Order: sequence, then C-alpha cells, then structure tokens
Amino acid sequence: MSDQAASPGPATSPGPATAGAKEEERGPDGSFGRALRDAILEGNTVTVTILAIFTAFVVGGLLNAFTNRTVLHAWASLFSAPGHAIATAWDTAVGAYVEMFEGSVFNPHTVAALFQQASFSTAVHDGYLSAVFSPLSETAVQATPLILAGLAVALPYQAGLFNIGAQSQLIGGMIVATFLGYGVSMPFFVHVVVCVIGGFAGGAALGWLVGELKARTGAHEVIVTIMLNYIMAYFLTYLLSFGYLMQAPATSNQITSPIAGNAHLPLLFGSHLRINAGFLIALACAAGVWWLLNRTTIGFEFRSIGKNPSAARVAGMNVERNWVLVMLIAGGLAGLSGATVIQGTDFTLNFQSYGTYGIDAITVALLGLGRPFGVVLAGLLFGALHAGAPLMQAATGTPVDMVEVLQAVIVLFVAAPPLIRTMYRLRAARAGGVGGVMSKGWNA
Amino acid sequence: MRHTALIPVAAAAAALLLAACGSSSSSAPSASGTSSSPGSGSSSTSGTTTAGKFLGCMVTDTGGIDDRSFNASSWAGMQAAMAANSNISVKYLQSTTQSDYIPNINTFLGEKCGIIVTVGFLMGPATEAAAKAHPSQKFAIVDCSYASGCLTGPKESNIDQLVFNTVQDGFLGGYLAAGLTKTGKVATFGGEDFGTVTIYMDGFWDGVQYYNSKHGTHVQVLGWNEQTQKGSFTGDFTNQTKGETLTSTFISEGADIIFPVAGNVGLGAAKAVQNANAAAGSQKVSMFWVDVDGCISAPQYCKYFVTSVEKGIVPAVKTSVLSAASGTFKGGTYVGTLANGGATLAPFHLWSGKVPASLITQLEQVGAGIASGAIATPTKSPV
Repeated sequence: MSDQAASPGPATSPGPATAGAKEEERGPDGSFGRALRDAILEGNTVTVTILAIFTAFVVGGLLNAFTNRTVLHAWASLFSAPGHAIATAWDTAVGAYVEMFEGSVFNPHTVAALFQQASFSTAVHDGYLSAVFSPLSETAVQATPLILAGLAVALPYQAGLFNIGAQSQLIGGMIVATFLGYGVSMPFFVHVVVCVIGGFAGGAALGWLVGELKARTGAHEVIVTIMLNYIMAYFLTYLLSFGYLMQAPATSNQITSPIAGNAHLPLLFGSHLRINAGFLIALACAAGVWWLLNRTTIGFEFRSIGKNPSAARVAGMNVERNWVLVMLIAGGLAGLSGATVIQGTDFTLNFQSYGTYGIDAITVALLGLGRPFGVVLAGLLFGALHAGAPLMQAATGTPVDMVEVLQAVIVLFVAAPPLIRTMYRLRAARAGGVGGVMSKGWNA
Repeated sequence: MRHTALIPVAAAAAALLLAACGSSSSSAPSASGTSSSPGSGSSSTSGTTTAGKFLGCMVTDTGGIDDRSFNASSWAGMQAAMAANSNISVKYLQSTTQSDYIPNINTFLGEKCGIIVTVGFLMGPATEAAAKAHPSQKFAIVDCSYASGCLTGPKESNIDQLVFNTVQDGFLGGYLAAGLTKTGKVATFGGEDFGTVTIYMDGFWDGVQYYNSKHGTHVQVLGWNEQTQKGSFTGDFTNQTKGETLTSTFISEGADIIFPVAGNVGLGAAKAVQNANAAAGSQKVSMFWVDVDGCISAPQYCKYFVTSVEKGIVPAVKTSVLSAASGTFKGGTYVGTLANGGATLAPFHLWSGKVPASLITQLEQVGAGIASGAIATPTKSPV
C-alpha cells in the first residue's frame, strides 16, 4: 500500500493524472505493442489490481441495482419514501454478491443444516458435511481449466510471445485425451495418467506447430494462433460428424462416447464433491512454471528473449529454438486444461466442449500479471465468479451475465492503471516496476 | 512551496476518500451476515416449503432463454404449465458455457424442484448422471432420448424424454411446397449437420418425392437429399449473413420456396426472400419457418411465410410438468407426432387464401396417411 501516498497536485487541476497517462502512451519506443504492454504491465502493481477488482465489484453492484425491476419501481416512490428506494437498491446489489459468495466460498445455511442432523456419521454419509465445502469445491473445479489455460498464455508472454491460441491447443488436448479415454482399455491409474499425458501431447503438438512456423518462416504467432482456433474448432466438428471417426455409435449428434470410468480423474474428497485431481495438476503446473522461469537456464533464456531478443541472440542464446520450446510447453499446458475438463467433469467431448476457456485464459493471464502465482489467484477469482453464478441466479434472479460483466470490467480496470490511479489518487509506479517485463509485443 | 502547502490538503482528501471506500467495503460483509442473507434465504425457500406448492425448474443450454428456438419454446411450456395450474411456480437458470450445466442442475437439486427440465442433447450426459444419483428427483429433457443415442446408460425411470418425429410434418411441408412451386424447384438447408436438423430436411425431401410420384411432376429439391444425406449447411445457428447468401444462391438457381432449418439463421433467409421479391416487384419467392410459428416469433416477415413446420415443445413440456405436479409422472419417452399434435404445420396466417383448397384437402389426406402409417416417412435421423 506504499503507493497510496497523496498525489502532490491539487485535486482540481488535471495535472498529475494526465501526465501519468501521457507517460503511459509514449512508451519507450513508441510502438503500439510497447505502449500496450506498458499500459498493462509496467505501471501496474498488486495494489492497482486489487483496487481494480474492488472497483469492478462496485460498478457491477451499481449496474445490478439500477437495472433491477423492483429497484426501478422503488425509485418511483423516491420522494415519498426515500429510504425504501435506497435500501432496496442496496439490498439488491449486496444480495447478489452475498449469494455469489455463498455459492463460491461459504454458505452458512449448510452449517445450519449440518447441525440439524441426528448424528455426525449420518451427516457425513448423507453429504451434509460435504455440502459445507461444496462451494469451495465448485470454485476449484471451475478454476482448474482457467489456471492451466492461463499458464499457457502467461508462459509465452514471459518469452515475448502472445499465445492467443490456448483454445486450439485445448481442443487438441481434449481430442487426444477423449480418444484415449474411450478408445483403449487400461487399468485404473495407468489409464488416467495415459490420458493426461495424451492431453498434454495433443496441445503440445499444436503449440509446437506455432513455434516452428514462427522460428522457420517468421509467421507471426498471433495470426497463426487465432487462425488455428478456427481450424481446430471446425476440425473437432468434423471428427464428431462421422461414426468412423469420433462420433458415438447410434447417434446423429456431435458427441463422443463417454470415456471409461478408469480414465476419470480421481475425486479428492468423496463422491459428494466434484473437486478432483485436476486441481492438483493445475497447482503443480503453476509451481512448475514458476520453477522453470526462475530456477532454470531455460527459464532464464525465455525471460531474456522476452526482454530483448537481439541482446539474447548476441549473448549466444538460440532464440528460435526457445520460441519453439516455450510454445510447445504452453500448448501442452493448454492441452492439460482440456484433459482436466474431459476427465474431471464432462467425460464426453462434443462440438462445444471448449467453451470459452481459451478466451478467458487471456484475461486470467492479464489479471495475473503474467506470473504463475498471479495466474492461480486470477483463476481462483474467475472460478469463484463462475461457481457463485448459479446460486446468485437462482436465489436473487440476477442475470448470469453479471459474471461476464464483472470479468470484463475487472480486466478493463486492470488494463487501465492510470484510471485506477486517478480514482484512488495513487502515484504512478516507476517504469519497469513490479509488473516486470511480460512480452516484447506485436513487433517482436 | 505551493505544492508542499497543498500536500496536507490532498492527503486529507485522499484519506477521506479511502476512509469512505474503506467503510463501504468493510460494511458490505457485515450487512451480508445480518440483514440480507436471512432475507434471501427465506425467499429461496418460500417456493418449496409452502404446502401444495410445486416448483418447476428449467436449465437452458448455452443458447439462452430467448433463442427463438427450443430454449424459448421449453420456457413457454413451463409458463403454460404455470398458467394451467396455479400451484405451480417456475424458474430457470441460464447456462453461458457448458461448464454451467452440472452446477446449474446441482443448484436446482438443492432447491427441491418438483421437476427439472433440461434442453438439448448437449445436456444429456449431465442430466443422466444427475438422474442416476437422485432417483427420486423427476427430470425431463427436450430433444434427447435413449433411442436416439443421446442417453447411453441403463434406463433411468425418472427421466421424461421429449422427442419429436418432425420427419412427419417436414413431409407435409415438402408436399405443400411441391404443390405450390411455380418454378419446379424448392430448396432447404440446415444450420449444422445434426440429427434434429436433418430429420426435418429428410421429411421435406420425402414429401416432395411423394408429390412427384402422385402427380407425375419433377419438382427438384436443392440443398438436401434424403438418400445420400448430403446437402447445404451454414455452419451455425446464429450467422444470418450466411443464411442470406445461401438463400440468394438458391433463388438465383430457380428455387421459389425455401425451407431453412437453422434457427435464427432463417432470419437471413427471410431477408433474401424479401430482397428477391422487392427486385421482382411481386411475391415470387416464399419460405417456410421451422420449430415455432414464424408469424409469432418473427412477425415482420409473416407475409413471406407460407407456414411453419412446428415442433410441439410447448405442449410436451407443459404436459410433463403438469404430470409431475399432479403425481402422474411416469418417465419414459414421449414422441411428438402428427397424430398427437407434437409435430404439426402451423396455420397459414396471411397465406390462408393463397393455398388452393384442393391442395389443403390433399394435405389432410397425406397427414392421415402418415398418422396411420400408410405413408412411409423414411429418415436417417430416427428420434
């Protein structure tokens, strides 16, 4: 919170705020990519990120309060009963967040239900104890693919590459994991491991392709990954359209057979909670990426290339080979993300299975400031938003789109640190501050 | 020195601001703990604890509640059930991605719903797993059954599977189109190559062939062939531009009746029909709507809709919810047909004077033949 020193200028003049904004716009070499990177990262701090999240919740609450029908009716009687209107607006805004919290972290009603049970053993057997932890379990389940796919975006950032293709790599992982899941028969554990490794390999193959194209031909990874997203989505539809490929027998729907029970990721805390080993994989991968970046020669080369490829080349590093390697690992992480969805929760693959994970991954990586630990926290936050949405929607009637609005507004504020600094009178962070260097940008 | 003098002022302002923010943020959790959470808790349970009350719950797929297709129809069925029985209240949860399916169903399991209605084959696995884990909870699923391969496991008796044999009314639509065409060419296309889509196109193709065999005509169907199962698809159910382009192509090839089986993509087809008629200066081209009555869901194009090849989701869902509320719920498969009103042609609306009476009589005969089984309606997409 050291940033929160008062700004030196008078509050009425536009002085320091616009000066800060200009500083951001200029950027070191004036290129768009640089300016973007600077705006997102260099001036950013953990404080700004937390304030951005807080501000987004305030904005979301206002939006909710002023679009709710009951509240709008209450405003009509503003002059006769002003307290009623304000109280209704407050209850609506806070009520939605309370339900979201109860759906994603802790629900006191479940504890009450637990204590109403005759004995502890029946409470455990009937799932009342599990119900207490169910919100956290749901948050972890929703966060698992976001963390893995977020890492798949964050890791290449460190080496100066924008991986927009987490979606295509995720589809690659899903295809391989699903095929191994229903196509072969193996004992438990072996089958799980084979499918997970297959998922990694499926994603890594696509990541490798992107890196190889960039290293050999100079094809820009942003273009290649965006196009691959479409290619893989249609390829998936193709695979699911024919019985001799991956379509389930005796159906005309675009869906595979369910994977074998032996290939399911084991549940961590019994059958009442959906949390599974995928969450541990995600955490292990985050730790692994941190170790790779900060404790190995390869990671040092990645970061050097991310900061300045020319200098890295002069220093004797093989830039092209590192591009291929970092994309291969990133693709594998995205593939793992797909494998955890198939093996952890869905158990079948259909033409929409990839959902919005690949796109959400970019926002998770941005919110996590491109760092493994940050990605875990960002993934957990977005996972909690998703996990809390059903209860919020069911109990308060708040549209589920509120979650999307919150995500978007959070990223909006995170991407605009000058705005947050102006709002909270923060001093601009020094260039090259906590955010560190994430990528070289579009002109790499 | 001016700046230094102002620092305390700015600091005080910032402190006030921070204090204000701090108090609002710190009071939020306390308010949640005391006032609003018991309120919301009681509101969420009020629908279930009152005696005689029945809660009908529906989970949408990713298309959302207002998709002008099966989600909207299913919700209309829920509301029709509520209108028919004042003890029934209904609510829905919207899924934005597939990862919402299981949590949404689980949330409703916690709400003690009398019946949980899910929509579409993508929710088949999630519904089946929930039905297996909660044998006393009643479920209904639209457009999904064991027979169609959507549900795969051992049969659960607590799932009402609502499927629709739309090859039958598609057949009638094809017969009608063949009887109306002036150019001898009609066209159909789909959104994606799904069984629930191609079954309409199969029926349409069959109906045209049947008309040809009865009248010795040679009406051609563009865009689909029931025997080869090859035809035209736009690739999704949302991109209206693709529907417009494809329809314009069919019109330029000589088709004068178009049958899009592609949800909202059909709106693009309607635009192409509108443009073609404006260019010709008269009503040269017309079309059929699909799933729901087009004159109700897209009234601005009603004058181009000869009829709509409907899928009776609304009555089917209504019946299922009412049966669960009255205790007569049995589970199993309901197949909507011409005979039971689950697959029908919509009224002609603005076209009622333009369809020859003789053709309407023939349609009634063909319909009776289909219902009795005398006329075969082959399809490669069985329900």
